[in-house]
Amino acid sequence: MTDQQAKPAKKPKIPRQKMPEQNAIERAHNFYEVALGYENDLALLEASRCLQCKKPSCIKGCPVEVDIPDFIQLVKQGDYMGAAWKIKEKNSLPRIAGRVCPQESQCESKCVVGAKGKNEPCAIGRLERFVADYAAIHDDGKRPALPKPTGLKVGVVGSGPAGLTLAGALVKKGVAVTVFEALHELGGVLVYGIPEFRLPKAIVRSEVDELRNLGVEFKTNWVVGRIETVDDLLEKRKFDGVFIGSGAGAPLFLKIPGENLNGVYSANEFLTRANLMKAYKFPESDTPVAKGRRVIVFGGGNVAMDSARTALRLGAEESTIVYRRTMEELPARSEEVHHAIEEGVKFMLLNSPTEIVGNDSGWAVGVNLQKMQLGEPDASGRRRPVAIPGDTSTIECDTIIVAIGNGANPLVPTSTKNLETNKWGNIVADLETGRTSRDRIWAGGDIVTGAATVILAMGAGRKAALSMLDTFGIS
Amino acid sequence: MFEILEKERLGPGVNRAVISAPEIAAAHKPGQFIILRTHSEGERIPLTIADKDEKKGTITLVWQEVGSTTYYMSTMCVGEKFQDICGPLGKPTHLEKFGTVVGVGGGIGVAPLYPITKGMHDAGNHVISIIGARTEGLLIMTEDIKKVSDELIISTDDGSFGVHGFVTQVLQGLIDKGTKIDLVVAIGPVPMMKAVVGVTKKANLPTVVSLNPIMVDGTGMCGACRVEVAGKTMFGCVDGPEFDGLQVDFDLLMKRLAMYKGPELIALNNFRETPRGCQCTFPGGA
Repeated sequence: MTDQQAKPAKKPKIPRQKMPEQNAIERAHNFYEVALGYENDLALLEASRCLQCKKPSCIKGCPVEVDIPDFIQLVKQGDYMGAAWKIKEKNSLPRIAGRVCPQESQCESKCVVGAKGKNEPCAIGRLERFVADYAAIHDDGKRPALPKPTGLKVGVVGSGPAGLTLAGALVKKGVAVTVFEALHELGGVLVYGIPEFRLPKAIVRSEVDELRNLGVEFKTNWVVGRIETVDDLLEKRKFDGVFIGSGAGAPLFLKIPGENLNGVYSANEFLTRANLMKAYKFPESDTPVAKGRRVIVFGGGNVAMDSARTALRLGAEESTIVYRRTMEELPARSEEVHHAIEEGVKFMLLNSPTEIVGNDSGWAVGVNLQKMQLGEPDASGRRRPVAIPGDTSTIECDTIIVAIGNGANPLVPTSTKNLETNKWGNIVADLETGRTSRDRIWAGGDIVTGAATVILAMGAGRKAALSMLDTFGIS
Repeated sequence: MFEILEKERLGPGVNRAVISAPEIAAAHKPGQFIILRTHSEGERIPLTIADKDEKKGTITLVWQEVGSTTYYMSTMCVGEKFQDICGPLGKPTHLEKFGTVVGVGGGIGVAPLYPITKGMHDAGNHVISIIGARTEGLLIMTEDIKKVSDELIISTDDGSFGVHGFVTQVLQGLIDKGTKIDLVVAIGPVPMMKAVVGVTKKANLPTVVSLNPIMVDGTGMCGACRVEVAGKTMFGCVDGPEFDGLQVDFDLLMKRLAMYKGPELIALNNFRETPRGCQCTFPGGA
């Protein structure tokens, strides 16, 4: 490895550096990470493309406001460790964010290099991933000194991205933090939902360990709302504040006939079996999952892509996304769609399932589809799919994964006294501060916004942490 | 935490263990269950809590060896710890003074019925318990149930103990005698619960059943435990485990419980080939 300094280019003539990836044919059959990350030389080359703007607009695109030009400047100087600490000032989970953030619609969409049209933006996300991985691999054990304990303590419901971010931000200010997690592993959607090939679980574990080293206490198998309520945490356990980041964990179904047949999964179940429970290692691990021959996925978001790609890796001959609009409207990140196509995932667009067909022993054997066309734009601005009368078809399949989103899991909101929720059951909270209708209770992430992205949840965790610190009178 | 403090064999393939779990013991109410993992590669399985001791901080689990996890549990000794126990989960039983409550327990279902029987008895009900098994050796917890019941009727399919016949026949007998029954609570194998509902439906008796669908997380996140009640899809883990038996689609439940039959056999055979499973003293005999 060479730590030599790259010569900064005056103008960004160097093209955006691609990140090496596992070959598509090979990776479609394994669970190793798809993207392999930059080596030092590529990182230096890419960092040299940053213009070090005086008034950086990239930071405005970042939900946790990482000091992007500053960390890239440190990369340019070869101080990768320093660059990682610069990021960690604002973001406690850079190895995760560097992998799953939709940078193209956030920081990188505001990058001046890209704004000039001719060039692609600086690859901020790839650089973040590079330095964060570097810092983890070359960990020298040194940590910035923590302030004296303030005597304050905060309880966190859920160890997903919102809760972990908040825990990191508070513990660095001398607030004692206890995180309560319902599952046996820490990380929430980062461990049960996002597949190993996009976010290795070892990375989530290393980020959690980092927080543990800072003093965050974690309790697994601890279901808030069943063992104790949020009110118990405040009254009995005397927490000064509680943050609810319980996520949007209640899978939605289409409510079409046949949805309870065997072989029909919610994406949450399918991915939880495959990821958290390691069903891909069955029978070395005890949890099975249907290894479908012909798999159909309903939905067009990142979770649908994750499901279809996981099915291929489990050995499906065919894995097909059924989506009621066109490629243009797919809500998934373009990179995920691109990866899915490369790996052989098929797309049946402008089709909407109307019924799942089963056999006598209760297994799904096919799906009836209704052909759609795009009509007038709806409230979301996307063109509404309209059925073409009489244009229907049936496709054969043995496994169906419903990936049409998640509702709010009612367990925590309904067990907390007088906590205001909206008509969908999401907790009502100020998006800038995370404050809820209850004093001393904050909330953020998917339980407030409905299913969104990891980084938005991290942003909500960070804002709630700042609001708590403000309330506690800590600067 | 989760250390096995006591363990005993109740009958062929049926075991009982007292486990240290103070927080669960403190929070548990009748009808609730836990989800456990035996080891780091283990699956998550739900088991209803058969008893608890808040002061000692323990819960009691009773299980029958059916798959790799339950066989694994039988190889665990006093002093060993479970990897994970999560709970209490599910809605507690609705306990109030109904009048006369008949508890019907079949086989291993007697274990989860026990805390409910106790709760119903404490709530001031006249409790009639009907406990059944295939044969005498498979009857469990009869003494425990007796202590919290006003009347206890035991039946065996083969007539080796008590009434010769099914629990449903005993229940039908009570109804035919004109016994005033305000509520029936039935827990046991799905075909038994279905048969009980067959009897109570005709007599128009409110019937509560506790369902045991396949679960993964147990907190409403995955939807593996979908059951149909009155034509509506419900989640066994958060909407249940207890439902209005008269409205449950038992046939669907049975089909869904068979979803992993093939893999379950592979897992069990795989377990038998491991050092833990290959003992000559393999529980239940291999």
